[in-house]
Amino acid sequence: METIWFAVAAVMVAIYVVMDGFDFGAGGLHLLVARNDRERRQVLAAIGPFWDGNEVWLLAAGGVLFLAFPAVLAAGLSGFYLAIFFVLWTLILRGIAIELRSHVEDRLWRSFWDASFTVASALAPVLFGVALGNLLRGVPLSAAGWFALPLFESFSPSGALGILDWYTVLVGLFALVAILHHGALFLAWRTDGEVRARSLAAAARLFPATIALWILATVATARLAPEIPQNLAVRPVAWLATVLFLAGLAGTWFARRAGRDLAAFLGSCAFVLGLLAATAASVYPTMIRASTAADSLTALNSAAAAHSLRVGLLWWPFGFLLAALYYVVLFRLHRGKAQAAAEGEGY
Amino acid sequence: MTDPLFWHRLQFGFTITYHYLFPQLTMGLALLIVVLKAIALRTGKSGYDDAARFWIRIFGLNFAMGVVTGVPMEFQFGTNWAAFSRRTGDVIGQTLAMEGIFAFFLESSFLALLVWGERKLGPRRHFFTSVALLVGSWLSGYFIIATNAFLQHPLGHELGADGIFRLVDLGAFVSNPWAIAQYLHNQMAAVVTASFVLAAVGAFWLLRSEHREVASISLRTGVVAGLVASMLVAFPTGHNQGRLVAAHQPVSLAAMEGRFESGSHAPLAMIGQPNVPARRLDNPIHLPSLLSWIAYGDFSANVRGLNDFPENDWPGNVELLYYAFHIMVGLGTLFIAVMGIACLLLLTRRLERSRFMLWLLALAFPFPYIANTAGWMAAELGRQPWLVYGLMRTAEGGSPTVHGGTTLFTTLGFAGLYLVLGLLFLSLVMREVSHGPRALRPTFEN
Repeated sequence: METIWFAVAAVMVAIYVVMDGFDFGAGGLHLLVARNDRERRQVLAAIGPFWDGNEVWLLAAGGVLFLAFPAVLAAGLSGFYLAIFFVLWTLILRGIAIELRSHVEDRLWRSFWDASFTVASALAPVLFGVALGNLLRGVPLSAAGWFALPLFESFSPSGALGILDWYTVLVGLFALVAILHHGALFLAWRTDGEVRARSLAAAARLFPATIALWILATVATARLAPEIPQNLAVRPVAWLATVLFLAGLAGTWFARRAGRDLAAFLGSCAFVLGLLAATAASVYPTMIRASTAADSLTALNSAAAAHSLRVGLLWWPFGFLLAALYYVVLFRLHRGKAQAAAEGEGY
Repeated sequence: MTDPLFWHRLQFGFTITYHYLFPQLTMGLALLIVVLKAIALRTGKSGYDDAARFWIRIFGLNFAMGVVTGVPMEFQFGTNWAAFSRRTGDVIGQTLAMEGIFAFFLESSFLALLVWGERKLGPRRHFFTSVALLVGSWLSGYFIIATNAFLQHPLGHELGADGIFRLVDLGAFVSNPWAIAQYLHNQMAAVVTASFVLAAVGAFWLLRSEHREVASISLRTGVVAGLVASMLVAFPTGHNQGRLVAAHQPVSLAAMEGRFESGSHAPLAMIGQPNVPARRLDNPIHLPSLLSWIAYGDFSANVRGLNDFPENDWPGNVELLYYAFHIMVGLGTLFIAVMGIACLLLLTRRLERSRFMLWLLALAFPFPYIANTAGWMAAELGRQPWLVYGLMRTAEGGSPTVHGGTTLFTTLGFAGLYLVLGLLFLSLVMREVSHGPRALRPTFEN
C-alpha cells in the first residue's frame, strides 16, 4: 500500500514537472524568443489556458503527500522553510505577471511584467532543482524526524550542510536548462512564424547543454549517494524508466531536426518524465534522505495509517481520471497554433 | 516577542484573512454569473450577457488573486504548522487532497474558457462553463470547511497514544454536521458579499448616469439576491451555527457574549465592552432572555458563563472574540434591513430614482467583507486555545525547527508583497469599473 502511494506521489510530481515545466520554460525564454508585443502575447496565449491547471498538479501532489506521508510533508516543508517561501513568492509573482500584463495597454507596464514573468519563470525550476538536489544529497534529519537547513553554509555537500552547495546548484542549473529546452519545444509546437523559429534555435543550443549538465549531475549524484546507481542496477522499473528517458532524448533530437514539432516536444516530455521516474525508482523507499541513513524518512516509516491509505485509494483514481479528462478537453479546445489574442480578449 | 508561535499565528491569520477576501467574492459571484447567464439564455436579452461579461472580468481578476494568495495557505500547513500536519495528516490530508483533485482542476481548466472563450464556445457551452466554475469553487469551499470543521468539532477519527489522529470513518468526517452548518452559513455570506458588490457597481453607474442597462441589471440582481442571502445567513444557517457552538463549545459562546456569570434567562448583549480583569461586561445593553432562547430554544435555559470554566480553557483573546462576533451579527442584521428597504423600493419602481439609496448601496460594499472576516475571526478565535477542539492545543502545533526570526522574516515579506498586490488589484478593478461593460466584438481583429 505504501508502495502504491509512493508511486502515486512520484507520478504526480513527474506530471507536475512536465506540465508546469513547459510553461516555466516558455516563460524563461519569453524575452528571448518574443521581441514585440504581438509575439509576447502569442507566447502568453500559448500557455495561457494551461498554466493555472499545470500549477494545480503541484497542489495535488502536495495533497497526496499530506494524505499518504504527512511526516514527510511536515519535515520537508518546515526543514526547507525559507527556500519554500522563495518558491511561493516566485510563483505568486509569476501568476500575477501572466494575469495582469495584458490588462493595461501601456508599454512600460507590459515590459515590467514581461521581465518579471521571465525572471520568475527561470527562477522556479532552479529552486525546484535545488530542492531535488537536497533530497538526493541528504539532510541532517534527527531521530525524531525533523531538520532545519540554513540557505547556505560551506557550499560543499560534504562539509557543513546548507540548502545551497555546489551539488544542489548543479542540479538546479541542470533543471533550468532542461526545462528551458522543454519550454522551447513546447513553443515551437504551439506557435508559428518568428517565435517558432527562435524557439527552435534556442532548443538547438540548449540540447547539448542539457546533455552535458545531465552527465555532470548524474556522476555527482552517483558519488554522493552510491545507493542510487546500485538500486538502479537491480530494479526493472528503473530500467524501463531509463529506456524511456534515453529514447525521449534521442527522439527529441531526431524529431526536431526532422521538423516534427509535436514529436520533439513529446520526446522532451518522455525525457523529463523518464528521468524523474528512474530517480524515484532508484531512491525508493527513501523520501527524505538523512545524513545518517537510519534516520531517513521512507515510504515505509512515515506513511499514514493503513485505513487512510486504503480509503484514499477508493476515491483518488476517480479524481485523477477526471483531471485527465479536463486536460483532454482543454488541449482539444485549444488545438492548433496559438495566435496573439485581440486586445482585451485574452492574455 | 520571540515566541515563534505568536508569529506562526500572526502569519497564518494575516495570510488567510487576506486570501479569503477573494474567494468570498468569487464563490458568490460564480452563482450570480450563472443566474445572469441563465436569464440571458432564456430571454435572449443581450443586457444580461453584457452584465455577465463584465462580472466575469471582475471574477477573473479576483480569481487570479485568490489563486496566488491561496497557494501559500496549502504550504503553510507544512512550513509553519509541521507538528500539526504530522499529527492530523491522516485525517485532513483526505479533504485537502480531494480539494486539489476534485475542485482545483475543475476550476483551473474552465477559468480561461470562461474569461476568454465566449465566442469560441457559443452561448450554451459558455453557460455550462460558468456552471463548472460554480461547482468547482463551491466544492473547494466545502473541502476547506470540512477540514476546518474537524478542528472545530472532530469526528470520524481516533487519537492514538502517539498523539497521531487516525481516520476511522471517512463518511463521518466528511459529513460532520458542523461542516454542513458552517458551509451553508459561509456560502450564503459569500453570496451576500457578491450581491453587495453587484449592487454597489450598479448604483455607482446609475448615479453617474452611465451604462444604464447593465447598471440596472446589476443593481436589481444584487438587491434581490442580497435580501434572500442576508436572510438565509441569519436564519436558519446562522441560528444553526449558534446552537452548535452552544452545544459543543459553551466556553466560546460565553466569551462571544462577554458572559462571566452563569444563570437562567440569559440576556443577549447588544453592546458593551468586556472587562476581563474585572470579569464583567461594562456598559451593557441587553435583550432579556434572548441568549437562552437562541442557544437552547428555551427562554429560561441556563447559559454558562466563563467563570464556570478553568481559565486556561478560555479562548486566548476574549475581547477580540467578543467584538468579532458582535460585528458579524450587527452587520448581518443591518444587511437585511438595507436590502429589505432596497427591495421595497424596487417593487414600487422607485429604487433607481432614490439617490439616497443608490449612494447607500454604492458605499456599502466593504461591510460584507468586514462581516465575513469578523465571522471567521469569531469561529477561529472561539476555537482557541485548541487547534483540534478539546484534543490538541494550538501551542503544540507549530514547526519544531522554525524559530521566530525566520517566521517574522516571511511574515514581513508577505506584508510587503500583499500590499503591492492589493494596490495593483484595486487599481485594475477601478479601471474595469470606470471602463464599464463591453460588447462582444463580432469578428476577430489582430
